[in-house]
Amino acid sequence: MAPLGARSVSTQIVRNRMKSVKNIQKITKAMKMVAASKLRAVQTRTENSRGLWQPFTALLGDAPSVDVKKNVIVAITSDKGLCGGINSTSVKVSRALHKLTSGPDKESKYVILGEKGKVQLVRDSRSSIEMTVSELQKNPINYTQIAVLADDILKNVEYDALRVVFNKFHSVISFKPTMVTILSPEVAEKESEAGGKIGDLDAYEIEGGETKSEILQNLAEFQFSCVLYNGALENACSELGARMSAMDSSSRNAGDMLDRLTLTYNRTRQASITTELTEIISGASALEG
Amino acid sequence: MLRHAARRLASRAAVAPTARRALATAEVPAEAAEDSTFVEAWKKVAPNLEAPKTPISLMQPRPPTPASIPTKLTVNFVLPYKSEIANKEVDMVIVPATTGQMGVLPGHVATIAELKPGVLSVHEGNDVTKYFVSSGFAFVHANSIADIVAVEAVPVDQIDPALVQKGLADFTAKLGSASTDLEKAEAQIGVDVHSALNAALTG
Repeated sequence: MAPLGARSVSTQIVRNRMKSVKNIQKITKAMKMVAASKLRAVQTRTENSRGLWQPFTALLGDAPSVDVKKNVIVAITSDKGLCGGINSTSVKVSRALHKLTSGPDKESKYVILGEKGKVQLVRDSRSSIEMTVSELQKNPINYTQIAVLADDILKNVEYDALRVVFNKFHSVISFKPTMVTILSPEVAEKESEAGGKIGDLDAYEIEGGETKSEILQNLAEFQFSCVLYNGALENACSELGARMSAMDSSSRNAGDMLDRLTLTYNRTRQASITTELTEIISGASALEG
Repeated sequence: MLRHAARRLASRAAVAPTARRALATAEVPAEAAEDSTFVEAWKKVAPNLEAPKTPISLMQPRPPTPASIPTKLTVNFVLPYKSEIANKEVDMVIVPATTGQMGVLPGHVATIAELKPGVLSVHEGNDVTKYFVSSGFAFVHANSIADIVAVEAVPVDQIDPALVQKGLADFTAKLGSASTDLEKAEAQIGVDVHSALNAALTG
């Protein structure tokens, strides 16, 4: 606070703050518009890709509670920040899965797609991270890129069960963490023979000259790439939606702060004018009498 | 006061997307069959965190195997970038399996078939729609539902014959001049795909 009797010096500070807050408001509003336009494009592609993983679940069923020795948790996160809490939720879910699937004779490792997940998981689980991939969204996500990535992951990682964790896009303001389990061919055969939830794989005739295990191997790889493709698209959509709402609330907060600062500014300005006036008047009245 | 406005805006935004279909999600999962063992195990490890959703709760359940053979085959043909055919009732589909063209009729035995590049034809009454499929998998379930998942497919009438001939010539030349195993394999794949395209155009 300026010392008593000083002239209008303190309004400068408030004016500077108002200018910076107004700039922030403009920037976040622009970021929201950009995210909204990108979202429209990615959303159609995501909805079109939703049919891709359904045939596999219809054939093989789903076994999230399968108990295997080697679990690999593939977490899909974003590279850029300012997107609300979606990366933190993915990382929390991955950590809980890690706890769920680690035990005396079973282990679980991470494969992380995206910078934000890597940064968070490196802090406490660096030894469990098998592989990280970043710059996923440098070019728009397409199936070829994801297929190559899936191939890379499968080559470098030994697994009995792969669990892909991502945020599924339900609407612009709702994203739910989702986990898809993919079993390696050996485990899938074992589960179907044991009569688990996998359904009756033996009932299906294998068409073709290859052996059943070769076909199941190709099937598992294909399933992984399809699931990863859909998951990457859904996560991209969720990231854009979360960024939209984060930037929207940020611009609203900036607007509120601007209103409060304007009031402070006016009060300070009026106070200094009043001080000047009282000085002049008291000086004049002192001269008169 | 502004906080109340924000809350009202958020609740209106939650309702609005279902009204303005433009930005809402197209697919609505009707039921939510959850895996209870998983949810139980999750609650023990992370009681404050909601369990992630699993694919079973996100898709419509499939109908059970009917007692008698149904009259129509339900086909789902999906590509990474769209669902070409979804739940369409047809008479027959012919898929290009690795062992050759395989015809699937209603009541076909449950099969898993890997696909090679070739023509997929869908027969509905007197209409036949032909697609050239790059590769993928076809599942026929016991309840007369056929799922075909392919990486890429084009309707046969959109294929340019001149480009097919040129591609075939290019890859045959590459196959001749290939030195490493990888180059040979790539060139062989190119030759296979283009000869299949050729056959699709003529057949």
